[in-house]
Amino acid sequence: MSEERLTDLCHAQELGLSQSEWEIILKRLGRHPNETELGIFSVMWSEHCSYKSSRRHLRKLPTTGECVICGPGENAGVIDIGDGLACIFKMESHNHPSYIEPYQGAATGVGGIMRDVFTMGARPVALLNALRFGAPEHPKTRPLVSGVVAGIGGYGNCVGVPTVGGETNFHAGYNGNILVNAMCVGIAEQKNIFYSAAKGTGNPVLYVGAKTGRDGIHGATMASAEFDDQTEAKRPTVQVGDPFTEKRLIEACLELMQTGCIIAIQDMGAAGLTSSSIEMADKGGVGIALDLDCVPQREINMTPVEMMLSESQERMLIVLRQGQEAIAQEIFERWELDVALIGSTTDTGRMVLNHKGETVCDIPIAPLGDDAPNYDRPWKDSPKQDAISPDEVEPCDVAKALLTLMQSPDMASKRWIWEQYDRHVMADTIKASGGAADAAIVRVHGTDKALAISSDCTPRYVAADPFEGGKQAVAECWRNLIATGAKPLAVTDCLNFGNPERPEIMGQLVRAIEGMAEACTALEFPVVSGNVSLYNETAGVAIPPTPAIGGVGLMLDAGGAMGFDSACADDALILLGQSTGWLGSSLYLREVEGREAGAPPPVNLQMERLTGAFVSNAIQAGQLRAVHDLSDGGLGCAAAEIALASGCGLHAYANPALPDAAWFFGEDQGRYLLVVDADQASRIIEDAKAAGVHAEHVGSMGGDAVRLGDVSLPLDFLRQKHESWLPDYMEDA
Amino acid sequence: MKAAVIVFPGSNCDRDAICALRDHTTPDVYRVWHRDTSLPKVDLVFIPGGFSYGDYLRSGAVAARSPIMSAIKDHAERGGLVAGICNGFQVLTEARLLPGALMRNAGLKFVCKSVDLVVENTQTPFSSAYEGQPATTIPVAHHDGNFFADDQVLDRMEGEGQVVFRYVQNPNGSARNIAGIINDKGNVLGMMPHPERAVDPLTGETGGLPFFESLAGAFS
Repeated sequence: MSEERLTDLCHAQELGLSQSEWEIILKRLGRHPNETELGIFSVMWSEHCSYKSSRRHLRKLPTTGECVICGPGENAGVIDIGDGLACIFKMESHNHPSYIEPYQGAATGVGGIMRDVFTMGARPVALLNALRFGAPEHPKTRPLVSGVVAGIGGYGNCVGVPTVGGETNFHAGYNGNILVNAMCVGIAEQKNIFYSAAKGTGNPVLYVGAKTGRDGIHGATMASAEFDDQTEAKRPTVQVGDPFTEKRLIEACLELMQTGCIIAIQDMGAAGLTSSSIEMADKGGVGIALDLDCVPQREINMTPVEMMLSESQERMLIVLRQGQEAIAQEIFERWELDVALIGSTTDTGRMVLNHKGETVCDIPIAPLGDDAPNYDRPWKDSPKQDAISPDEVEPCDVAKALLTLMQSPDMASKRWIWEQYDRHVMADTIKASGGAADAAIVRVHGTDKALAISSDCTPRYVAADPFEGGKQAVAECWRNLIATGAKPLAVTDCLNFGNPERPEIMGQLVRAIEGMAEACTALEFPVVSGNVSLYNETAGVAIPPTPAIGGVGLMLDAGGAMGFDSACADDALILLGQSTGWLGSSLYLREVEGREAGAPPPVNLQMERLTGAFVSNAIQAGQLRAVHDLSDGGLGCAAAEIALASGCGLHAYANPALPDAAWFFGEDQGRYLLVVDADQASRIIEDAKAAGVHAEHVGSMGGDAVRLGDVSLPLDFLRQKHESWLPDYMEDA
Repeated sequence: MKAAVIVFPGSNCDRDAICALRDHTTPDVYRVWHRDTSLPKVDLVFIPGGFSYGDYLRSGAVAARSPIMSAIKDHAERGGLVAGICNGFQVLTEARLLPGALMRNAGLKFVCKSVDLVVENTQTPFSSAYEGQPATTIPVAHHDGNFFADDQVLDRMEGEGQVVFRYVQNPNGSARNIAGIINDKGNVLGMMPHPERAVDPLTGETGGLPFFESLAGAFS
């Protein structure tokens, strides 16, 4: 063992370890760890890598199903999409780095999630982003939006994977902690999927990609702590991305994957070389020995702990079959990437690191996983909110309210954002942001099939009732896929919450997971991958709980993809699902009355299924011209969006049984607005009733205005207001 | 008709170009690696979009000095056809096979949207099939599409019919709304819009189809 300085409890606490965690390390090693060893324990047991607060609760989520090839636990989830193909996908957060350095934070978030997907053998084919920013009037919001969007575009555009969808919200609750959740979807051959278990001893360990520098050291630890007034000083923990290297890495890895040389492959993400090597060895039940002098280094005099904790981007670790080194070397050199043999798998079950002729780390691998902390943190339920009766809402100026909603930050057009993203590269994009469909639709290259992809969460519902909000996020995602004509298959999740050591925050996490679990189970929509991001808080103030759900569905006939931009004059509008005028936690209450109050709308999962099945069948039967699900802003906003997308006015009738605000802007769940040929309307309503689904004729297309009840707004005026909020805001610097 | 699509390490529209050429121009399409020093016997060299060398230094600057370029210059000098789309256009200006330069977009942001184009010259092997349909729609997706040349050069290009495509609404600040140009010999074309992304009604516009049909027609 080297003479490297041994550490004590004080060091451990500086690295974010608790006293009990320190004691477990002492017991397992039978001695004090040195600096390198302690660094390794600290990152492996960080919240970010170990899921120590969430693990026991994540087990409540359903993770199996007919389509699932590989659920959570690998780099990404894998599902069967037929014809020997698999869809591999995951969503991940890059919140903390993006707040500190928005361009690089967001860019490397995109890079990281792509690596998770191509590591498993898939070519990335689509990217989405779920973004939450602070209030527009907050001084940091504008530069954060600008930097994050440029970073996402700068990375994805260069690599050449289309950014096809996402969501963007603004709320004061994110003033101190923005959320940048990136989702990547890839396609692989089922016979060529790669996992991380490094089975077998004596196999060479290959390092490929970019060189290792001092960037991102302790990034995983940073992402496992709250922000305070020292946050700016953490900028050096943010990594710097190089999409050109990523592009070459994708091509080189996919090429190597065709050769049969690879036993296991892992990207160096959070905690870099440490977590990638330990995870591969641990899953393979082997030991690993690395010679750190062989690691390609960008800077001189790097110490072992710096190399092991560096989060330099665009690096992969590969365990090869013996004797295949030359094949791999040739491919990576051709793509002008660093490639180095840095070690081998062993039969010791230990991680042994050598540096400059000395052993600088010699620790058993199993305890890093087996003894990883798994906390049952105390939690308490959020206080229940009272339901808001439709009658207790102030009388509403419907036209003014519609205008207010359609130009509110959350509803306004996000064109300013998505026009900075290449949405069409790879030439398979059927519907992307702005494409007037409830989900992005990307053709499976070379086939007639397509994937529908959507990311969803309504944080104000989750804040008001974490259980119902968790349920709703899953149901809305499912609904969005259904509305395009796809069969929903599976989801990935990205759970963004505050400090889990506070019982009220832990309660949000636990209940949101339980709500998600109920919805995923009822809708047969299993969770196959995901990520948890905790400690999203600053000076003791947490973000609104935000469990973002990324769903994937399959359609067999890409040509049958349904959107809401093809409504024609005289078509009938049919509303499916029950309307009670639910205004609790609605966008209307927040934007028009200026209050965030009331229980959020409940989701009836049984009705959800029934209604979804009816919509699916009607789409398959070719009975519908357009479909749009009802979400933020209810019937009024969904109708306005159909009108804007189709370039055709409409009239949605008032409902004498409900006050205007409740009827037009209530957010009852499980509803769709169908546009059908007027001749077909009564038949479809009858069919719906026969299927047990509530349906009513609520309006008709025509004219050049959006008319709600007896008031109207000219379409051009509405479009101008809807389109101009974000560009005006961004240019108003 | 045979075509070669050049692949730089950061090319990302090479597959799209190959598919569009195969479907609409010719079944004989080769991929040619940027480090190669010779071309297969082809009629058309197609330099696709992407970020050839990460677009570090200047877009297309490093690619313009890669080994395959001297073979492409020889091909062009012999009168062979060369098309550069987006990053390919940038490479061709950097290689001096086309006049002018492509600067950062006037808005300083990457811009991805469908743009309406006027086809100014249908007397080229790349645009003959636009004859009779002077307007078309093709998407752009670039950060550096702001075409610049001095007035003397621009005047000469206009006079010689070297402006092939012009934006109806300028998305990037390009001089005289120029979207695509051809060299004075009429065999090397560069354009910022992506015709290879506009050949299938399922994925959007079909304004790029006549581009590929023109090329097919050029050798039939």
